[in-house]
Amino acid sequence: MRPLTLKRLVWTCAALAVVLLACIVLALKLGAVPVSVVDLVVNLGRVAIGQSDQLPTEYRLIIFDLRLPRILLGVLVGTALSVSGASFQAMLRNPLADPFVLGVSSGAAVGSVLGTLIAPRFAFITPLGAFLGALATIAAVYFLGRRDGQLDSTTLLLGGVIAASFLSAIVMFLTTQLAGRDLRGIVFWLMGDLSTPIQPGLQWIFGVGLLAGIGAIYTTAPDLNLLLTGEREAIHLGVDVTRVKLVVYVSASLLTALAVSASGTIGYIGLLVPHAVRLLFGPDYRLLIPASALCGAIAIVLADTLARTVAAPTELPVGAMTAMAGAPVFIYLLRRGMR
Amino acid sequence: MSVREISQPTHSNHELSARQQATVRLNVEQASFAYAANAQAAPTFTLAGTSFQARERELVAILGPNASGKSTLLRLISGTIAPLSGRVELDGQETSRLDPRTRAQRIAVVHQESSILYAARAGDFVLQGRYPYGRALRLATSEDVAIARNALAQVGAEHLAGRTISELSGGEKQRIILARALAQQPRLVLLDEPTLHLDIGAQVELLERLRQLAEENKYAVVVVTHELALAAEFADQVVLLHHGTCLRVGTPAAVYQRELLEQVFEAPLDVEIGPAGRPRVHLHARRNQDST
Repeated sequence: MRPLTLKRLVWTCAALAVVLLACIVLALKLGAVPVSVVDLVVNLGRVAIGQSDQLPTEYRLIIFDLRLPRILLGVLVGTALSVSGASFQAMLRNPLADPFVLGVSSGAAVGSVLGTLIAPRFAFITPLGAFLGALATIAAVYFLGRRDGQLDSTTLLLGGVIAASFLSAIVMFLTTQLAGRDLRGIVFWLMGDLSTPIQPGLQWIFGVGLLAGIGAIYTTAPDLNLLLTGEREAIHLGVDVTRVKLVVYVSASLLTALAVSASGTIGYIGLLVPHAVRLLFGPDYRLLIPASALCGAIAIVLADTLARTVAAPTELPVGAMTAMAGAPVFIYLLRRGMR
Repeated sequence: MSVREISQPTHSNHELSARQQATVRLNVEQASFAYAANAQAAPTFTLAGTSFQARERELVAILGPNASGKSTLLRLISGTIAPLSGRVELDGQETSRLDPRTRAQRIAVVHQESSILYAARAGDFVLQGRYPYGRALRLATSEDVAIARNALAQVGAEHLAGRTISELSGGEKQRIILARALAQQPRLVLLDEPTLHLDIGAQVELLERLRQLAEENKYAVVVVTHELALAAEFADQVVLLHHGTCLRVGTPAAVYQRELLEQVFEAPLDVEIGPAGRPRVHLHARRNQDST
């Protein structure tokens, strides 16, 4: 018997944090303008000791104004989507659950675009609309997925797919109504892209929201372990299932909403990352949640670096990268589940 | 035919008096329940007032065909639903009024099948039985690990601790699920059709084990089943349900009367008393009746 210990939890997370830092440095280095690692370390050191005024102007522009915000946005989005995917998988008892597959991301996109149409001068409406849209969609898909009072795996996924395509069509329609009517907006909402930084006034909302959402879900980690064996079993082991459902659905919707309002609908991260983490570290949610958060950040930072460099100077949307990796894994999991 | 045999004593006097002196763990007193689509609608199913007691070391079988109210009675006992009238008490406290955590420390429930979504190890699964005792992250203490090991040993499954549950056989899986219930260190163990997916050898093994565990740990054990033969062989008491009504409570010999069982199970059968004083049930194929 090898139960999870605090030591293993801390060391695993620390190791993953180091990997994430290395990936961030790599992502800062790579791009249309090459930067040497030595210069990077020296200049990052200058910032760390408060001498940022001594930075060369081109460095400030490329590294701190262009690449770093984008990378940090990737960290936020990857973390949020992975944790929300992992928690949807436990609540719905379905290894294929993911905010994108379930249509929750598209719901958040509709809410976000609709909010912007209704109150364009109120910046906070973008994440708020996304949150309401995400919450409404998961509620709808949950009820669509029930058959004779039980959650049915196939019905749930089909409900999610239908919801996603319906809501994507609405996003397309609404985007054409927005000022500018540019196709870039459609690509952003349907494929996901990290090139638009978060509006300066809203950054703290995203930061606090992310930490609150993950923190709330993490308090339910031992309960999620039991919910995986079934709702009745969890109740008989003393889990307050109603409270856990409320906390997790609201928090996972919040995390999805933050990710979508910042980067559009990046798909499959919530499916890919928790699955890989399970293979590496096992299915215990007490480790799975923080490890997924860190690995999600790593995955998006790497995927976006690839998206920026693979066809440089043209940048691909990061969602194209995650979909290319995610769809085959989805099919693999689906087929394995059917056997 | 079998009334003559039913009057035979099934337990020695010594055994009976020892049992009657044992502490009453579970007291079900005129407990009833009704399901309805909503508060105004007429109930779709009702369980009429049911009474019985289970003492420590005692194995009680709740017996009946499908839709007889067995699962409802089990839910009442487990405290997940409160009785419409009457009481269900465990050691003097109403089970439905216990907070979920305390309830899980006292009552362990083993379901028909526990489907496990991800490849959990058997040992970690058994450790989940310590959940009601933990705080915050519920990381296992060395005491928890010792209790879980002991639970595995009690069901003879120590060697399975490192295996993933999905690769275990039906009988092995059932033992692991039972070990998780034992790790809860309950006073009452409830089992819902535990033999449903087991072959006959594993069924007998499970019930023998339950008898032995009840004896060793002073549990009261309540098993919901529709298996006439197993209940007759292993139960100290049988609660016979039919269409939501409790028809009879008593020792297997007192409850197993041919006319009664034929009516309840809608099958022609015979009852005779075996050498140990326990009834035996023989089923008849209907073609015998048709030809007469």
